[in-house]
Amino acid sequence: MIRIVYIIIGIAVLCISSGAASALERFPPPEFESGYEFPSTTTPHPQQDIYEYIDAIVLLAALSLSAYLVLRKRSRRAIFILMVFSLLYFGFWRKGCVCPIGATQNIVLSIFDNSYTVPAVIVIFFLLPLVFALFFGRVFCAAVCPLGAIQDLVLLRPVSVPSWLESGLRLFAYVYLAAAVLFAATGSAFLICRYDPFVAFFRLNGNLNILIIGTCLLVISVFIGRPYCRFICPYGILLRQLSRLSKWRVTITPDECIQCSLCEDSCPFGAIRKPSINWPATEYESGKKRLAVLLILLPILILFCGWAGSGLKKVMSRMHPTVRLAERIHLEDAGKVEDTTDASLAFRATGKETETLYAEALNIRANFGLGGWFFGGFIGMIIGLKLITVSVWRQRTDYEAGRASCLACGRCFKYCPMEHARLKKIKEATI
Amino acid sequence: MSENKENINRRHFLKDGLWATCLAGLAGLGGFFLGKIKKNNTVWQIDPYICVACGNCATYCVLEDSAVKCVQVYEMCGYCDICTGYLEPEANPPDTGAEKELCPTGALKREFVEDPYFEYNVDESLCNGCGKCVKGCTIFGNGSLFLQVRHDRCLNCNECSIAAACPSGAFKRVPANEPYLLKKVDHA
Repeated sequence: MIRIVYIIIGIAVLCISSGAASALERFPPPEFESGYEFPSTTTPHPQQDIYEYIDAIVLLAALSLSAYLVLRKRSRRAIFILMVFSLLYFGFWRKGCVCPIGATQNIVLSIFDNSYTVPAVIVIFFLLPLVFALFFGRVFCAAVCPLGAIQDLVLLRPVSVPSWLESGLRLFAYVYLAAAVLFAATGSAFLICRYDPFVAFFRLNGNLNILIIGTCLLVISVFIGRPYCRFICPYGILLRQLSRLSKWRVTITPDECIQCSLCEDSCPFGAIRKPSINWPATEYESGKKRLAVLLILLPILILFCGWAGSGLKKVMSRMHPTVRLAERIHLEDAGKVEDTTDASLAFRATGKETETLYAEALNIRANFGLGGWFFGGFIGMIIGLKLITVSVWRQRTDYEAGRASCLACGRCFKYCPMEHARLKKIKEATI
Repeated sequence: MSENKENINRRHFLKDGLWATCLAGLAGLGGFFLGKIKKNNTVWQIDPYICVACGNCATYCVLEDSAVKCVQVYEMCGYCDICTGYLEPEANPPDTGAEKELCPTGALKREFVEDPYFEYNVDESLCNGCGKCVKGCTIFGNGSLFLQVRHDRCLNCNECSIAAACPSGAFKRVPANEPYLLKKVDHA
């Protein structure tokens, strides 16, 4: 009986409907005799915008407090407490979204895609830490970033990373930044959000692969201080470069350095720069030659990497769902695959022309070709500049916190005897 | 000595210049967005006319209990006894007491209104957003059942994990003050 009804319904449906997805009133709503009234569909509202602005205010307050604690109060304990607060508030309470690291992508997307407008809060989240870096150094990394905080908390047995390895690994962060910008600009994906290793902890739930990556990073963080911040974080790259220029910055001691070398191993992030040896006059000639070679090499590197990046357009454009879909449809139409996917079925149900899809996909691929030049060129430039900076000799007389690398965590303060003298814990600091 | 001093001054000048440029750049970026930004935040929502109810919503949400739920627009519902969103296609006759429900979690409930009409309600605490009922209702029925992101649950991730996995591109960013894309009664 039921089967017959279904068959009738099925035939009726086939007769009436042109597309399965369109909603049709196949069965007109009944006119009730019992005075029944249609209930209304509930639409629970999202969190009010006001909370977003509270976030922005908390961010501003935390950044200001962090700058004060790092530069004036000079107290590691206070920085630590603020860091825990940030982890609890921006991490576990606000579930790690929105964060300045990811906001970079929204900014990029809104520049390249006119139909996407970025909410005010995201602009504030992106700009505030950068402005603070320009004035006070990386105070955002020190005590405001929840991703930094969760790694800093588990740093129990710090081992030092040799500086050549540190610089080499840091290249990955530049590549990651370039990739995140490229994929956001082409509207393909938000890479930083998709592979955020710690957000799964903040939400206490998430994709298994990301949870595994996050756990591995946390285990590594026990020994190697803040691996995400140093070798992966794309926003950290922006903060690094701006904090090079910062008006005020972390000093191991505000007084004169007595070169006691006590602070030398205090930094778990390898950010303390030792006093340089004297001018290596004997190497002057060869150094000059090397620098000249590197300067000539720089544009060649940029062009070569740009060319290579643009050559990757076929692979990279697959990150975009439209390109993936077009390739799939092409395979199916060419008879190279037998089965179908949800996406290809959904596309065919819309009744769109395959040609328009192909045109769209080719357009996106062309964008990747152009973007690839910038992507590769940027990486080439970074490699070239890195080679140049290691060849340039810089004079340094005191122990200093590296302008770019210092995360302003405040660990080195208490290692300095001058600091103890300043706080009147000892009478006088001598070597 | 004087040369050295000049050197430092030049370096300071360059540094200050660069610093000011960066600050101006950031201010410029801020100003650029000031003209462009929307006061309202955006939230994720499913366009029910594009959605194909593939089932990804049930599994890809970062929440254990997906933020996507089935909703019912009652004005569109046919109140059928034999509902293709409620029952499996080959269900037993309704008088056997062993008819098979489509919903894997028993979230779609029905209530007798008057002969022969039944009201269908979604129990959101049970619904996992798999869209099985949506498929049944859209293919054979009026399409009054469809999936929506429920904003009392949604975390509003910057990149929605379900949106990234959506095969039909039904996920959109919509203004937070109009956070739902409900189907409308179509009297055509």
